[in-house]
Amino acid sequence: MAVTEDDVRRIARLARIAEPTDRLTTLTGELNGILDWIEQLNEVDVDGVEPMTTPVKFPLPQRDDVVSDGGVRDKVLANAPRTEEGFFVVPKSVE
Amino acid sequence: MTDFLSFSLADITAKLKAREVSATDVATAALDAAEASQGALNAFTAFDRDKTLAMAKASDERLAKGEGGLIEGAPIAIKDLFAVEGVQTTACSHILDGFKPPYESTVTTKLWNAGGVFLGKTNMDEFAMGSSNETSYYGNVINPWRAKGSDAKLTPGGSSGGSAAAVAADLCFGATGTDTGGSIRQPAAFTGTVGVKGTYGRASRWGAVAFASSLDHPGPFAKTVKDAAMLMQAMSGHDPKESTSLPLDVPDFVSAAAASIKGKKIGVPKEYRMDGMPEEIETLWQRGVEWLKAAGCEIVDVSLPHTKYALPTYYIINPAEASSNLARYDGMRYGLRVDGKDLTETYEKSRAEGFGPEVQRRILMGTYVLSAGYYDAYYLKALKVRRRILEDFDKVFETCDALLTPSTPSGAFELGSKAGDPISMYLNDIFTVTANIAGVPALSVPAGLDSSGLPLGLQVITPALDEETMFSVGAALEDAAGFNHKPGKWW
Repeated sequence: MAVTEDDVRRIARLARIAEPTDRLTTLTGELNGILDWIEQLNEVDVDGVEPMTTPVKFPLPQRDDVVSDGGVRDKVLANAPRTEEGFFVVPKSVE
Repeated sequence: MTDFLSFSLADITAKLKAREVSATDVATAALDAAEASQGALNAFTAFDRDKTLAMAKASDERLAKGEGGLIEGAPIAIKDLFAVEGVQTTACSHILDGFKPPYESTVTTKLWNAGGVFLGKTNMDEFAMGSSNETSYYGNVINPWRAKGSDAKLTPGGSSGGSAAAVAADLCFGATGTDTGGSIRQPAAFTGTVGVKGTYGRASRWGAVAFASSLDHPGPFAKTVKDAAMLMQAMSGHDPKESTSLPLDVPDFVSAAAASIKGKKIGVPKEYRMDGMPEEIETLWQRGVEWLKAAGCEIVDVSLPHTKYALPTYYIINPAEASSNLARYDGMRYGLRVDGKDLTETYEKSRAEGFGPEVQRRILMGTYVLSAGYYDAYYLKALKVRRRILEDFDKVFETCDALLTPSTPSGAFELGSKAGDPISMYLNDIFTVTANIAGVPALSVPAGLDSSGLPLGLQVITPALDEETMFSVGAALEDAAGFNHKPGKWW
C-alpha cells in the first residue's frame, strides 16, 4: 500500500496543514519507509482478538450531573489571539 | 555555599526539616545554578523567580512551625508539558507561543501540596515527539555528560531531555517527565539518573498537554531510587478530573524502596537480546542478573514473543492518537494564528507554521492510518496486536515478579547523528515501549558506564499496580551497582 505524493496532499488537507510543497517528496519517502517497516505486523495472528483500548481495566467513572466549574470567561479568553467584548474573534466561516 | 545542590532529595528535605538550611537559600542557589547553566545546557524554557521565591518563603514558614509535606522546600523542575498556572507552557511547540495556562496540572498541584517548590519549565521534544530532544522549538538540550576525551555535544535523550539534564547537573532535586514510549526512562539512562513511570492511570494526565493519551504516563526523574519513590508518591493518586485515573489509594512507595527482595522471581526475557546489541549492554545486563541473584532472587528465563512487534504497533497507535489530540490547535482560542484568506486557510497556515517537521510527520501518519479505507488495515490491526503484547506480559507475570532488561540499546549519542532517519531514532525506544503498550510500571536505574565513560541503565518492569516491587528491585540494583559517577562540570 504505497503512499503517493497525491495521498500526502490529500492527508495534509484532511489534517488542515498547508500543503508541504517543498517537502512533499521527502515526506512521501519517509511515510513509505515507516509503512514498509509496519508491514511486519501482518505476521501476527490476530484472528478473534479483541482490539485493546485501555491497558488497565476499570469501568469509566461517571460524576454527578451538576455544574462543577465555570464562570471564568476572562480566564478562558486570556490566551486568545483575538477577542472583542468577551468573545473570541475568528475568521468569517458562514457565507 | 551551594554544594548542597548535589544532595539527594531525601537528604535535602532532612536538612530543611532540621532547619540547617532554609528553603529560600536552597531555591536561590538552584535558580542561580539553573540560570547560569542555560547557555551551555539549555535545559530550561522558562523561569519565574518571584513565584519560586514566594513558594520557598511559604515552605520556610511551614517548616518553622514544624509542618510540611513529603518533599517540603525542595526545588523541582517541571517538563514544559505540564500546565503551571501563569507560567509559559508550550510543550516546546511554536504553535503554543506565549500560552500561559490559567490553571494548574494535577501532578504539579500534588507536588506543591507535598511542599515542592517550582524551579522552572524544562525543555523537551516538541509535543514529546522525539528521543533526542532535537525537535524542540527552543533548541537542543545538551547532555551534561561528555564522552572521555571529547567535547562533542551529546543528546540527553528525549523527549524529557531538559528534566533529565537538570537532575543530572544538580540544578534541582527532582523533575517531572512524561513517558509515552520511553521518554522518561531513555533520558534517565543517558544521564545517569533514575527515571520512573507508574501503572497507566497512577499519576493523572490532567493538565499535561495530550500527546498519545492511552500511552502517556507522567513520572519523575530523580538522583536515587528512594528520591524517585518520594516523587512518585507525591504526584500519584486518584483525580476525579481524569477519566482514566485509577480510583485507588497510593501504596507506600518510599517504604517499598527499602524492602527486601529476597525470594523474588526475576524474569529475563530472551527477546530483549537483540541482534547487533553492543557487547557492553549485554555485559551490564548479565551483571544485573548476578546482582539480583546475590540479593536472594531467583532468576527465570522468560519469553515475550510479540516484543518485536511493539514498536511498529506503537508507530500506528501513537500517531493516530496524536493526530486526534493535536486537532485542537487551530489558532482560534489560544496559541499561534497565521491569518489566511478564509477560515480553512487560516487553520492550514497556522498549523503548517506552528508545528515542526516531526510533529507534522506524525499528524500525517496518524491521519493516514485513521482515514477511510486504511483504518482496519492499520489502526484496528495495531489495537489487536497491542492486546497480544499485553497478553505476553500477563502470561509472563504468572511465573515471575519482575522483569530485568537493559534500558536502552546504547549510551547517549551525538546530537545530529540520527537526524534524518526516523526509524533509527524510533529504535531507541525498543526496550522501553512495551511497558507503555501494556501500561505496566517500569523504572530505569543507572548501573554502570560504557567504554566512553557514559552512563547506562537497567530497566525493571513489574505487573500493573505493583510499583512497590519495581522500587524494591530498583533500589537493590542501585545498592549493588554503587553508581556514584557524576558528569564533570564544564558548563
